[in-house]
Amino acid sequence: MPKRSDIKKVLVIGSGPIVIGQAAEFDYAGTQACRALKSEGLEVVLINSNPATIMTDKAMADKIYVEPLTLDVVKRIIKIEKPDSVLSTLGGQTGLTLSMQLAEEGFLEENGVKLLGANPTTIHKAEDRQAFKDTMIEIGEPVIPSKVETTVEGSLAFAEEIGYPVIVRPAFTLGGSGGGIAYTKEELSEIATNGLRLSPITQVLIEKCISGWKEIEFEVMRDSKDNVITICSMENFDPVGVHTGDSIVVAPAQTLADKEYQMLRTASLNIISALKVEGGCNCQFAMHPTTFDYAVIEVNPRVSRSSALASKATGYPIAKVASKIAIGYTLDEIKNEVTGKTCACFEPALDYIVAKFPKWPFDKFVYAKRTLGTQMKATGEVMAIGTSFEQAIMKAVRSIELGLDTLNLPKLAHKTDAEIAELVSHCDDERMFVVFEAIKRGMDIDWIHETTMIDNWFLYKLKKLADEEQTLAEGELTEEKYLKAKHMGFLDKTIERLSGQKVLKPRYASYKMVDTCAAEFSAETPYFYSTYDDENEAAEFLQEHQTGKKKVLVFGSGPIRIGQGIEFDYCSVHCVWSLKEAGYEAIIVNNNPETVSTDFDTSDRLYFDPLTPEDVRSIIETEKPWAVVVQFGGQTAIKLTKYLKDMGVRILGTSADSIDAAEDRERFDELLERCRIPRPRGTTVFTTEEAAEAARKLGYPVLLRPSYVLGGQNMIIAYGEKDVLEYMDIITATKLENPVLIDKYMMGTEVEVDAICDGENFLIPGIMEHIERAGVHSGDSISVYPCQHLSKRIKNTIIDYTGKLARELKVIGLVNVQYVVYNDMVYVIEVNPRSSRTVPYISKVTGVSMVDMATQIMLGKKLTDFGLGTGLYPEADYVAVKVPVFSFEKLHDVDTHLGPEMKSTGEVLGIAKTFEHALLKGLVAAGYNMKNRGGVLFSVRDSDKEEVISVADRFAKLGFDIYATAGTALKLNQNMVAANSVHKAGEEKPNVITLLESGKIDYVMSTSSKGRKPQAESVKLCRKAVERSIACLTSIDTARALLDCLEMESSINDVDLVDITKI
Amino acid sequence: MTGTPKKAFILLADGSVIEGESFGAEGTTIGEIVFATGMTGYQEMLTDPSYYGQILTQTYPLIGNYGINSFDSESGKSWVKGYIVREWCDEPSNFRCENGINNFLKEQNVIGICGIDTRALTRKIRESGVMNGMITTEDVIAKKDEYLTQIKEYVIADAVNHVTCEKPFEAVSEQHDYKVVMMDFGYKANILKSLQKRGCDVTVVPGGTKASEILAKKPDGIMLTNGPGDPAENVEIIENLKELVKSGVPIFGICLGHQLLALAQGAKTSKLKYGHRGGNQPVKDLLKDRTYITSQNHGYAVLSDTLNPEIGTVSHINVNDNTCEGVLYKNTRAFTVQFHPEASAGPMDTAYLFDRFIDLMKEAK
Repeated sequence: MPKRSDIKKVLVIGSGPIVIGQAAEFDYAGTQACRALKSEGLEVVLINSNPATIMTDKAMADKIYVEPLTLDVVKRIIKIEKPDSVLSTLGGQTGLTLSMQLAEEGFLEENGVKLLGANPTTIHKAEDRQAFKDTMIEIGEPVIPSKVETTVEGSLAFAEEIGYPVIVRPAFTLGGSGGGIAYTKEELSEIATNGLRLSPITQVLIEKCISGWKEIEFEVMRDSKDNVITICSMENFDPVGVHTGDSIVVAPAQTLADKEYQMLRTASLNIISALKVEGGCNCQFAMHPTTFDYAVIEVNPRVSRSSALASKATGYPIAKVASKIAIGYTLDEIKNEVTGKTCACFEPALDYIVAKFPKWPFDKFVYAKRTLGTQMKATGEVMAIGTSFEQAIMKAVRSIELGLDTLNLPKLAHKTDAEIAELVSHCDDERMFVVFEAIKRGMDIDWIHETTMIDNWFLYKLKKLADEEQTLAEGELTEEKYLKAKHMGFLDKTIERLSGQKVLKPRYASYKMVDTCAAEFSAETPYFYSTYDDENEAAEFLQEHQTGKKKVLVFGSGPIRIGQGIEFDYCSVHCVWSLKEAGYEAIIVNNNPETVSTDFDTSDRLYFDPLTPEDVRSIIETEKPWAVVVQFGGQTAIKLTKYLKDMGVRILGTSADSIDAAEDRERFDELLERCRIPRPRGTTVFTTEEAAEAARKLGYPVLLRPSYVLGGQNMIIAYGEKDVLEYMDIITATKLENPVLIDKYMMGTEVEVDAICDGENFLIPGIMEHIERAGVHSGDSISVYPCQHLSKRIKNTIIDYTGKLARELKVIGLVNVQYVVYNDMVYVIEVNPRSSRTVPYISKVTGVSMVDMATQIMLGKKLTDFGLGTGLYPEADYVAVKVPVFSFEKLHDVDTHLGPEMKSTGEVLGIAKTFEHALLKGLVAAGYNMKNRGGVLFSVRDSDKEEVISVADRFAKLGFDIYATAGTALKLNQNMVAANSVHKAGEEKPNVITLLESGKIDYVMSTSSKGRKPQAESVKLCRKAVERSIACLTSIDTARALLDCLEMESSINDVDLVDITKI
Repeated sequence: MTGTPKKAFILLADGSVIEGESFGAEGTTIGEIVFATGMTGYQEMLTDPSYYGQILTQTYPLIGNYGINSFDSESGKSWVKGYIVREWCDEPSNFRCENGINNFLKEQNVIGICGIDTRALTRKIRESGVMNGMITTEDVIAKKDEYLTQIKEYVIADAVNHVTCEKPFEAVSEQHDYKVVMMDFGYKANILKSLQKRGCDVTVVPGGTKASEILAKKPDGIMLTNGPGDPAENVEIIENLKELVKSGVPIFGICLGHQLLALAQGAKTSKLKYGHRGGNQPVKDLLKDRTYITSQNHGYAVLSDTLNPEIGTVSHINVNDNTCEGVLYKNTRAFTVQFHPEASAGPMDTAYLFDRFIDLMKEAK
């Protein structure tokens, strides 16, 4: 069937901010969808609250609303734009849930809007636990014994019936929020209570635990003609029980014989046919390890994280094809763009193996519970392609940026055998490394298998890697031995380290093409991965496609993690587009399967490989680029600068020396002195003693952080010596290569600018002011453009300093500067001569295409060529407020108090004519329910007690009931703010915990001077608030901003929606 | 793998030599080198008689992951002339695994070679077309010219006679609903099983069995199986089929069976450049207007335009290259497909064709 003629204007619902369980993959999917729809001549209206995305770029849709993804807002947009259809399946769970609500309420029908992709029946059958089970039973697909329960009592009764352990799965929650495995009655009672509350429909599924079975996934597609195909099978390294987003995954499935493979493949096709999905669908199975028994675990009738992975693993553009199917095309009518010859109705054949490795935030959240279960915890992932499992997993491990180049985790080396044996049974983020260590120590593979239920196939592959290390360590490093090690994924430096011998004839990698068809047809995809064979398909491709254009290599930003998120992918992609536009060939190197940058049609060529010096060196050898770009790929790319410079590669933009000058403490201090720009006093230290001494001299509070960091990793504010000691203990646990920086902490207003510079002139598109005072990481602060409270003089000083810094550092391209305004003085905190987190948002609001300009400037243009002026760009008519979004409910035991260490996973934007309205939109988009009656609980540290009085007073005036812990309550009452005193968490009940459980509290205001250990009183309080989905404010400034909004007494319905393409 | 693995070589008809390591049996073998793209199902492929005379290259790099078992073979032995893989698994893992692939090849006396960049080899075959070649554990350089002559002279001849059963045998079903005679041109076990499962008592007869003998059994239907080689070579069988067509007994043909019936009906076949071998070939059923993913293994195809439209129409086409994938005959109760509805290895999506055959027999009864 060709394109439906009744579809002219489509509303695409995006997935909103990046949170654990819903990340960049939906930008990739949404972008493909928008492009596919536009290429069909349809008018596209887009709503997504996430500004750091490619999909919200002006060219992507005809109308773009960066607005809160609430039912009311979506309805208003439908009323304004009158689309004839809504695409439901490309905006993650958020998009799907909103679509379903719109349909169920009858709103779509009333407004003559069709639902494309998955209809309400489909969504209901896949998402409602009971309906899903009934559907599966109807088509004869086995499911795990389970029952939907709406009460804790019911859950307990059913568990008695089927026996423990049981899995609790709340309905309609993201990434399995609130789920878990219960081994006892007590555990079940706790998990079920939590799960029921988190489920928007108060439903949990209690299910027989089948941990130990293999977990297998299939990505399948279907069209309106009932054509069904499989795109990819995937097998989890970890057996059932670990969320697939937290599993190491390989594609295709490795341990299934054709009979088992076809059985599950057929089941997947039966399922998608029964659900009548038109588009992509993900089916997850548990497969019994020693029989043909299997069970359907979960079905997602939409594009998902797994489909992004499957798409990159096979080269098959799932989101694009799904979009075309949604508007009426059938698979046999859609061309396979990879081969250009065959059609989209086929199944990709792989002639390589793919490994996905999750990126967890535990390096930042040192006290978080690392156990993996049904609730996803990873923020991102990397993918690696190899001709063997060993090669793929070694590439993946060096891509996750844990400083590893083998599977040896240094901290395990010191453990005793007994400790390792004990750790093998712990299912956490480090288990593969523990298993590897155990294998290396010669522990019995069968025992490891029985303990972990990881398939022997994987265990023996790990053993091969362990054996290879041993082989390298013994005897002469012959050429044959070297080549074998290369095939197994070892880097030259690793081979040299393990063998103690020099690699005499280092080899460059050769490249193979990802072509969807195992070379059966000649393909045109410029999508490559490295291996060590003789034939180099990339070189052949270059030979056959000589364009005469100069080639520029752009380094991507690797896995999404806290502090380095999707915004860097946005920048990399824009750089590529600008390069192409400027007549260059743009080549991308990246390892993140969730992104737009790794779509094979984004750049002229894509190398899906790790971003380590050696991996990059081989790509440069094959491509021989004219130049490379490092400043858009975050710290991942910046880290390569020195190596590239030493290789003699031309680095476009700011020089390696300037990058070093900004990052090296001493050089940076000298530079500031030359420019007469003040900064908070500080010094560098290596030991605990030095740190304590320096802190005393500077005077508390002080800021501690390692040099060369991103996202404030391991950064704290120390209010006293105890904090310094706790911090230094953690940081010195691993060998210190770079010193720790210790600075005077100034509690002023934080201001941030991004500037475009050409070495002489500079342009600041906008100055951003942070709501939270300095000390809260800039990524976690509410950021306002244009700044609201800075005097003309201060603004001028900031412009002046930015210019001086840019000139002094000879910045060519982008620079990000963070300032603190303290006692009416401007101090520099940090200069980053690269793109930053705020670039996408400020570009969108000001209309200054920062990355595009920066790229052109790197290529030789001057700022004056653009006609946009220099200095500060005129302020926009709109106020834009960026509000951070956290994923605390997914991470147990993480302290939610904001501080210098970044904790947010994503962000949303509120755009309006006034600050308050923009803030209101931002807060709503970030998930605040903006209740303006109810209860507020205060528990603040002594230094904040004075300030909190006015905050409490404002809440009280609005009619809130005020509760406070003893000290805070006393202070409030003494100052004529009536507050009910409540016991602390550890004290007798009723206390704050029971109060939070009572449902009387709508906001919690908590600040703390105690550490971030989970046992701390303040941490417990905030954790409870998170569990109960109560807004927890940990900065007085955030509370004030919230009050500004609440006091307006107007709701989001009173604020105009803004189409940002009109700005 | 213990010790230093023995070297092995591939010598291609174009004179190029590829070095690898020996696996499976040692020695020298010559065959037609083909590649298959299936990611699973190596045991089924190794035991598929249609690979008679051919050296099979697996494009998937990891072979032998789940070992070999006693259930999944498609015939009693391995028919390939040689086996080319990138890497074989010496620690297979699967609950049904009884044997490793290396050992299996040794038992079957199949000469294999591993450590080969099978993608590079596949690309070569794709560009130049199927090519004869040799795998040897001997010194290939010394006797290269002599070998090359042998390689170039090699042709797969009289293939069906080599793979067909020696004498007829019965395979009954539980239900005994239909009597089917299956002409064995090198049948895959799952064709037989698919019929038995649907209530057919099957008499498997040698490929060369006379039409009169077959009709004497008064079958409800005749199954023409898959098999190796150039279809046009089977002159006698084609003649026999002409007789069978006249009888009006329902006929279902698969792969070689499909080609032979087309030849018997006056159409022509020709050799494809490098064939279709794998489990991901899209085929459109023109009658149902649906596209199915099919399992395929063939080097020849029926030329659609040589089929007299009065006699039969093309019912299925390959969506990739538009070649003929199935014929529905008008002059008799017969339909044939080029692909493998019995799967094994590969997708089972077109198993409905066996039901169609049953329906046809039901109608004719």
